[in-house]
Amino acid sequence: MSEPVLEVDNLSVTFRTRNGLAQVLDHVSFSLGQGETLGIVGESGCGKSMTALSIMGLVPTPPGRIAGGAVRLRGEDLLSAGERRMRSIRGNEISMIFQEPMTSLNPVFTVGEQIAETVRLHEGLSQRDALARAVETLKAVGIPAPEKRVSEYPHQLSGGMRQRVMIAMALACNPSVLIADEPTTALDVTVQAQIFDLLRELQDRTNAAIVLITHDMGAIAETADKVVVMYAGRIIESGTVGEILADPRHPYTQGLIACVPHFLANPPVERPPLVEIPGLVPPLSDLGTGCAFAPRCRHVMPRCRGERPPLMAAEPGHEAACWLLDEAVPA
Amino acid sequence: MKIAAIIAQRLFYAAILILAVLVLNFLLLHLAPGDPAEVIAGEMGGATQEMMAEIRAAYGLDQPLHVQLGIYLGRALQGDLGQSFFYNAPVVGLILGRLGATILLVVTSLTFAVVIGTLLGVLAARKPTGLFSNVITVLSLVGYSAPVFWTGIILVIVFAWVFPIFPISGMSDIRLAGGGIEHVLDVAHHLVLPAFTLGVIYLAQYSRLSRASMLEVLGADYIRTARAKGLSESVVVGKHALRNAILPIVTIAGLQFGGLISGAVLVETVFSWPGLGTLALDAILGRDYPTILGILFFSAVIVIVANLLTDLCYRLVDPRIRSGGHK
Repeated sequence: MSEPVLEVDNLSVTFRTRNGLAQVLDHVSFSLGQGETLGIVGESGCGKSMTALSIMGLVPTPPGRIAGGAVRLRGEDLLSAGERRMRSIRGNEISMIFQEPMTSLNPVFTVGEQIAETVRLHEGLSQRDALARAVETLKAVGIPAPEKRVSEYPHQLSGGMRQRVMIAMALACNPSVLIADEPTTALDVTVQAQIFDLLRELQDRTNAAIVLITHDMGAIAETADKVVVMYAGRIIESGTVGEILADPRHPYTQGLIACVPHFLANPPVERPPLVEIPGLVPPLSDLGTGCAFAPRCRHVMPRCRGERPPLMAAEPGHEAACWLLDEAVPA
Repeated sequence: MKIAAIIAQRLFYAAILILAVLVLNFLLLHLAPGDPAEVIAGEMGGATQEMMAEIRAAYGLDQPLHVQLGIYLGRALQGDLGQSFFYNAPVVGLILGRLGATILLVVTSLTFAVVIGTLLGVLAARKPTGLFSNVITVLSLVGYSAPVFWTGIILVIVFAWVFPIFPISGMSDIRLAGGGIEHVLDVAHHLVLPAFTLGVIYLAQYSRLSRASMLEVLGADYIRTARAKGLSESVVVGKHALRNAILPIVTIAGLQFGGLISGAVLVETVFSWPGLGTLALDAILGRDYPTILGILFFSAVIVIVANLLTDLCYRLVDPRIRSGGHK
């Protein structure tokens, strides 16, 4: 792997809630190099989006607090960088695309202005040049008639178009890291595929590192190079996309993969039931000492309830936090 | 739709509305108890039956109601709102002489309330649990609960007696006759207390409204987007949030214009402001039908014009309305 662009090292974030302190991120670590795509997978509330916000320095404090760890952009620690420095990084070196294209654009400004604003801010371009750049980026993300669209408002565009505008906005300053937080969740399936194609194509062109946050294993299979699977604020499995999909070690990852329905050319009359993982994610303020997944796990052992498993190597570069690995490969 | 077409359409509706206002006001007033002939005769010093009949005949009050209405509407359409029973002068002239003072008072109060109220609300919303926010909330509640006439009287006491800084009565100093900048400053000086009194109740409303609206907007996804672009907090709040947060304020400001005019009646009375409010009070006490009707007519026109302007303003700030609704 090349020199990492982005490193997240033992990042921990806590939130003060009415039910006590919630550990929303617990020693999360990963890194990615130029041109790589890292997929972060997990259910709602597992800490995916919080990881993204921590990298951007946008965790609402209070109630949130970065309790420890480091986020490094080309070696520079962002957690100790000042707000001014962070502002010069956001939208410029690290950009983000959000889940909801319908509500993530400001309804009262033209899309051109919203893109041009970022360029003016970070590159000091004049309004005229910034608008020209906006047209250029809109064209790059495949929006037809960008000269016309640039002076339209978000409500005049479809959901897929809006997400393209969001991507254009994020890419306007050629960031080295792009964080895409569930970029296709709110879109039609056909549009989803287009957006993933677009992201891949843009990555080939700009060589940006992409953090793709999703709960969709299919999207991971399509786009990611490396995958981390999160559960209740911790990484419970990580590896290359091939390893994780072909040989998932953690029962949770296995469950996630089993949940993806398969299309059959000749479906049997008795269709197989849809697979689900029983139970719910536990409250983060009350995780106990054992494995957080234990209450939902099919392979649960007495040890799982008392002792939290650390990440253990299944094979070089592929780790999982499950005692099953310990049983299989005695330490 | 083209903006000219929209204005034409609104003006057409406005004309129908004004006609309805004329008819309804006329009927309501004639249904109300009290006989103008009696009041006028009383003013003249005596009321014999013949005198009353003479007065009724002179003012057309002996005709059947629908005939009176027809005559009234016919004249109104020609811009003649009749002769005041009380002042014995054309109503239109009476009202136009006072209209400027009222509009000056109402517009100043509303501007003061909207600008300062929004500013306070926005500042409060930035730290919704902070001391400043709580102080604003309490002050808003007090300002909102205090009746206009009470605030007025307290201000009169404070500024006439304790700190005699502002004049408490009238619109200008008669010693400063003539025009020029001196006169403008003098009127402005006289305007401070009445405008503040009328504005303060609305100020409280706008600060509450803008605080709530701003808090809602600050939680929106596009604010997160703006922050993720690297914009400074002042640009995020002052540009991205404010443009959205003022939408409800524009609506309410337009709707409240009518309420402000009725508030002006009280304030003008307390501060002897020579506007429509004092004229209305005298007209009501004197059963001066044509003048009351004239004032109601002008108020309705003002409110309709204000709503039209609000509508146009709204189009200016919200592009979604400009292009004819959501997609």
